[in-house]
Amino acid sequence: MVDLSVDLGFLKLRNPVLTASGTFGYGLEFASLIDLRKIGGIIIKGLYYGPREGNPPPRLVETTGGLINAIGLQGVGVEAFAADVLPRLRGIDTPILVNVCGGNDDEYLKAVEFLERQEGIAAYELNISCPNVERNGFCPALFTDSTYSLVKSVKAASRRPVIVKLSPNVTSIVDIAKAAESGGADGISLINTLLAMAVDVETRRPKLANLFGGLSGPAIKPIALRMVYQVAAAVKIPVIGLGGIMTGADALEFLIVGAKAVQVGTANFVDPAAPIRIAAEMRNFCKARGIPKVSDLIGTLEI
Amino acid sequence: MQVDYRPTIGRKSKRSSGYAVIATPISPPKNSREVAKPGPFCYFDQDGGAMRHEPEARITFKQSWGSYHLFRFEAPAITAKARPGQFLMIKVSDAPYPLLRRPISIHSREKKTLEIFFQIAGQGTQILARKGEGDMLDFLGPFGKGFDIGGRLKGTSAYLIGGGRGIAPLYQLGRELRVKGAQVKVLYGGKSKADLPLRKKFQEADLDVRCSTDDGSLGFRGFVTELLEAEIERRRPDLMFVCGPDPMMKKTAEIALALGIPAQISLESIMGCGFGACWGCVKRIRKGDNGAWQKICEDGPVFRAEDIIWEGME
Repeated sequence: MVDLSVDLGFLKLRNPVLTASGTFGYGLEFASLIDLRKIGGIIIKGLYYGPREGNPPPRLVETTGGLINAIGLQGVGVEAFAADVLPRLRGIDTPILVNVCGGNDDEYLKAVEFLERQEGIAAYELNISCPNVERNGFCPALFTDSTYSLVKSVKAASRRPVIVKLSPNVTSIVDIAKAAESGGADGISLINTLLAMAVDVETRRPKLANLFGGLSGPAIKPIALRMVYQVAAAVKIPVIGLGGIMTGADALEFLIVGAKAVQVGTANFVDPAAPIRIAAEMRNFCKARGIPKVSDLIGTLEI
Repeated sequence: MQVDYRPTIGRKSKRSSGYAVIATPISPPKNSREVAKPGPFCYFDQDGGAMRHEPEARITFKQSWGSYHLFRFEAPAITAKARPGQFLMIKVSDAPYPLLRRPISIHSREKKTLEIFFQIAGQGTQILARKGEGDMLDFLGPFGKGFDIGGRLKGTSAYLIGGGRGIAPLYQLGRELRVKGAQVKVLYGGKSKADLPLRKKFQEADLDVRCSTDDGSLGFRGFVTELLEAEIERRRPDLMFVCGPDPMMKKTAEIALALGIPAQISLESIMGCGFGACWGCVKRIRKGDNGAWQKICEDGPVFRAEDIIWEGME
């Protein structure tokens, strides 16, 4: 029997596969499709303090091996989430992590302060890297000083672990990761989507109403893997890798370069059971090779 | 190398699913068939109802008319649940492009089989159209809220207005409305005769179908909305059900609202997932407010005419 569990220090997971924020709704959307108790952890779609309208459609465009989205963080806000969704998630015995958003530092704090009063949340994932909210993809994760100060003030307001989700749209991912670590982050997840666009050649118009969007899916996996490798080598806090993971082998690549866990995103749209299937494929891999614990593979890249 | 992203449940494929990308395994696999084993997961319905996934749906019948195609396939696990106006999310290819499933509306339902009717509208449906009898269809569903056909409809008159591929869900709807006692009239419009391949099928099901073509090659010459106005002159229906191109649905909604006839309209949208997770398919819909972005997949695809905000829709 292969031990699939991993320990993030602040959180133990039954298997290394979490669902990436924004690709798993509020979790309940999947309740009639898969057994939520078999997922390592559920990361809830990004929540602002208040409800948020999101961007006009078209919000999605497929590109080779990927998907560009510009949803714009449409959502119900923390109060409606706590009232309508959280009570229904408490019964499932899978860690619930809430992805927290804000338009400025105060908004992040307001959301965290409200969530602090709710039970049934294992940790926060601080979304400082959504490219679809401000023009030209601006977000706090683009700069070391804004990353540091935001993480520091959120940590001061939170009794729960804080994972910081980084943007790949930067010159030095390692510098940003170190800024998050100095700010007191308990963990780092990367990568969020790559700022991207697509054009309709007939109309010469952008295929997304928002002009730009975030690219996800298998197309971005090699970039994500490189960044996870660099960050895992540079920080002491646990790193959670994501970006284009579709198979157990994809997930193992991230573990081998140093991620302690992974998130599965775009794959959920194609195969709602992807997180469970991927964990099973990781188990099968280890079993066939006599590896007793999947965690034995973490950071074992041979150069 | 092509990576197979399909769910592996119950699949007997011997195809490798990506482990080959690991160049230097720590030790050779003891069991080379590891990949083919189904994982410990399932697609289930918490209510204890039907499955939402058909792992072994084989196409048993295919018919094509130019860019229009009809598939019939066995789907015993979900047929009982499928309601008119609902849709399936179909994986058209195992390649990384197109990555996403395609939403295709349910056309007809028998005891153990379902039918879909679709038109090639892009690369996804083009690949789907290449499938033939004997091929497997990988889909999830049924998804969405279908048409609301309530209880007994004895003595009520229902007009079903379909444009082009929008006719697809109206076949099953027409048959179910008739079972409930409604008098059904189908208005089927297209650019020309070639866009109305299902007219005989409706006739064979004893559904009263009137056709219109923009070029006059078959039936009424003009838009189906003009045919609708002419039919309303003769007899005003109690209910209207609509599916077709946006301009046609918008015009139909205006006619229905002006006359106070309840109309249900099935919208189409690009979808990422089909079950409410991605929020990619939204359109402006009123829901006790001035109109917010609502999910076509989960809140629809069928909406009341008065709730749809057409402004800005393309």
